[in-house]
Amino acid sequence: MNSAAITAQPIASPHAHGGNSVTRTMFRVQMALVPATLYGFWLFGWPSFFLWLLTILSCLGFEALALKMMGVTRIKRTLFDGSALLTGWLLAMTLPPWAPWWVAVVGGFIAIVIGKQVFGGVGQNVFNPAMVARVALLVSFPVPLTMWVSPLPLTSLAAPDFIDGLRIFLTSLPQPDAMASASLLGHAKTELSRGIDLFHSLAGEHAPALSWIGARSGSLGESASLLILAGGIYLIGVGIISWHTPAAVLAGLAIPAAIGHAVDPGHYLSVSAHMLSGAAMLGAFFIATDYVTSPNTPAGQIVFGLGVGFMTWVIRTWGGYPEGMAFAVLLMNALTPVIDRFIKPRILGRDRKGKPLDIPESKGA
Amino acid sequence: MGFMNFFQHFLSDDWGVHPDDHKRPAADQPVRIMPVPAKLYLPLQQHLGGPARPAVLVGQKVKKGELIAEAQGMVSAPIHAPTSGTIAAVTEITAPHPSGLTLPAIILDADGADEWCELQGCDDPFALSAAEIGKRVAAAGVVGMGGAAFPSAVKLSGAARASVSTLVMNGGECEPYLSCDDRLMRDAAAGIVDGIRIMLHATGAKVALVGIEDNKPEAIAAMQAAAAGFDAVQIRPVPARYPMGSEKQLIQVLTGIEVPADGRPADIGVIVHNVGTALAVRAAVREGKPLISRLVTVNGNCASQPGNIEVRIGTLAEEVIAFAGGLKGEGIGLARRVMGGPMMGMQIPHWRVPVVKGTSGILAFDAVEVAEQEPNPCIRCGSCVKACPMGLLPLEMSSRIRNEVYGEAIDLGLKDCIACGCCAYVCPSKIPLVQYFVHAKGELAAQDRAKLRTDATKKLALQRQERLEREAREKAEAAAKRKAEREAAAAAKAAAQTESVG
Repeated sequence: MNSAAITAQPIASPHAHGGNSVTRTMFRVQMALVPATLYGFWLFGWPSFFLWLLTILSCLGFEALALKMMGVTRIKRTLFDGSALLTGWLLAMTLPPWAPWWVAVVGGFIAIVIGKQVFGGVGQNVFNPAMVARVALLVSFPVPLTMWVSPLPLTSLAAPDFIDGLRIFLTSLPQPDAMASASLLGHAKTELSRGIDLFHSLAGEHAPALSWIGARSGSLGESASLLILAGGIYLIGVGIISWHTPAAVLAGLAIPAAIGHAVDPGHYLSVSAHMLSGAAMLGAFFIATDYVTSPNTPAGQIVFGLGVGFMTWVIRTWGGYPEGMAFAVLLMNALTPVIDRFIKPRILGRDRKGKPLDIPESKGA
Repeated sequence: MGFMNFFQHFLSDDWGVHPDDHKRPAADQPVRIMPVPAKLYLPLQQHLGGPARPAVLVGQKVKKGELIAEAQGMVSAPIHAPTSGTIAAVTEITAPHPSGLTLPAIILDADGADEWCELQGCDDPFALSAAEIGKRVAAAGVVGMGGAAFPSAVKLSGAARASVSTLVMNGGECEPYLSCDDRLMRDAAAGIVDGIRIMLHATGAKVALVGIEDNKPEAIAAMQAAAAGFDAVQIRPVPARYPMGSEKQLIQVLTGIEVPADGRPADIGVIVHNVGTALAVRAAVREGKPLISRLVTVNGNCASQPGNIEVRIGTLAEEVIAFAGGLKGEGIGLARRVMGGPMMGMQIPHWRVPVVKGTSGILAFDAVEVAEQEPNPCIRCGSCVKACPMGLLPLEMSSRIRNEVYGEAIDLGLKDCIACGCCAYVCPSKIPLVQYFVHAKGELAAQDRAKLRTDATKKLALQRQERLEREAREKAEAAAKRKAEREAAAAAKAAAQTESVG
């Protein structure tokens, strides 16, 4: 191939560049995650910070190792393009905040090595690496991956200090029962399976709270829906993502939820419960919008997003797991090449099928 | 504006890019007129179509405006002496092209007198027939001044035949850094409007829509003042957005009509000309003056005095830059030399390349402006899809070309690509997408040529085989015939002998 000849020394125009870069794009996404992450640290304390840090570090470590093994000569350039860091960050956002250290390491390995580098590295992976790791961890280690804790804000007396936090993180001691708590989706699913409908299960004293500001158990990324939403709107505003995917994901989840809830409120959760639970917001704005694994055209993104939202609702409602966002994203990732194949933009001067527009008879030369 | 930009992301019809235009301060400087240099280098091919054929001999004395090379073929343009002097040579010089290859050219030694030949003007061009105007424009060697340099007369007469109703005048000048059209519209608005009216007359079009990007308020005001009183000439400010000055895009914005993919603008009753071309048409028809000079923008961070300069065709870029004040620090920090605009212009290997009829700019870029970086892998962000004004999928096309699956690249619309450079401009991975497309188009053209050659060879071989078979067959038939005749004769002889014996 003459790809070397093509790229060796570009002589073709343009002789100017808009200044955007992969690093800058990744940096902006990370900035959008900062508020929700900091708020999560405050809610869940030091263990969540250690988990976040080690997940990112192990992603970077495995990325460096994989690049080295593949014989990439300029490891630093690829390593610090921000993509591995972002993968680690997103993965950490979806883990139980008090998960032990080895979850971070195993997660980092699955995300980077199996989810990304095996496919050929950045831009080549079919599935969202963070979601591959999330699902693999959930399926392999269901207990630590469903061990949620109630928020214990850093300022509260019961919150573990730095040393205690490190101990919780490193020794993975069984958490005191008082602190363990189910997420709303898990609670509802468990109770439904015992034959208790939502009127009773959600009205009870132990029912998980649901709130926009996130004072409830959950992962870093699901607690503060409002902050995630704000980060997502920032990304749309600066043009990093378009509105199509998030809007479609939320619509795909909200529409069936509204219908189900209207038909049988005893068995189907309300729209707000779906919107504010699990990874709905994080998934819509940060996961489903992943460039590599989602379609490139606005119409394709709408189809993709609707699919993710709808599949999430189906899995949450009838599936074996309380949360379905990660599974839904992976399923739609697999469909992305098909969507991209069938949904293409219309070329100027051609119809949707690619045939040239008709030349008007009267004017034909 | 911040809110509007924010809001624009919610509208999907957001083709093209909004580069920093870098037009000022060059655009605000008064035009400087460059004296005639001692030597002029005139390539025989300064236009699209067939090269011109030299019509002078070495050593011959010519006057300013005299024909020195004549048009050859249906689509071609003649070349005239930009000043008076002696023909020094007909030879090869470096072409204005990134390859640095050479091109046949005429070299003229100026005599310093700058004496015009006899010109045949016309006081009332509106009394002339469309065909006569076309003839005069062709004889004056006028070509599109926007950069593509298509012979203007061919377009004018084609339009007259195709019963064109709308003349779209391109004053968009959407390329960053360039301001020669802006300057012309500010300084010679009346002449441009006159030229537009001559073109309306020559094409039979009812109305001329002059599209000017709204980042040129002075040009819009000047053109509006000059067009006042001429209802057929309408000045239409258009949003500043690259590539607004591209034919298909400008037509769609001004008329709302889309040019069919396999058609030309004339097919939908429109033709497009550059505003600079209107001025050249006016000079050709009213004064009989051929196209021998043009306005060139000298710009870029390395140019010490950016501005617009009126230059004789054939002047070396080196001399234009020297006249314009030279390069900052004797050219230290110069990263790239470009002829034309930064988005679609050509990189040139050195400055000893002449200004031709289509040269709109001479740009001296430093490393910051060029922002040359090694490409990273594609992250499929889709920025190029959003930016493409043609509705193509640059990332998919480039991945096919990388794997040499050219057929699929064509199916994806490779041939609709106008090489505007928006995709490469926005690419966060700095992938030289246009380079891929140009490479693929070249490769396909080579394949087509190779196919033609093998087809021709195959045809010849088949014909030869047929001929040989036919000859063999004929030989065999003739031999059989002779043999039969011989046998018949022998039989007859034998029969006769038997008879005589009996």
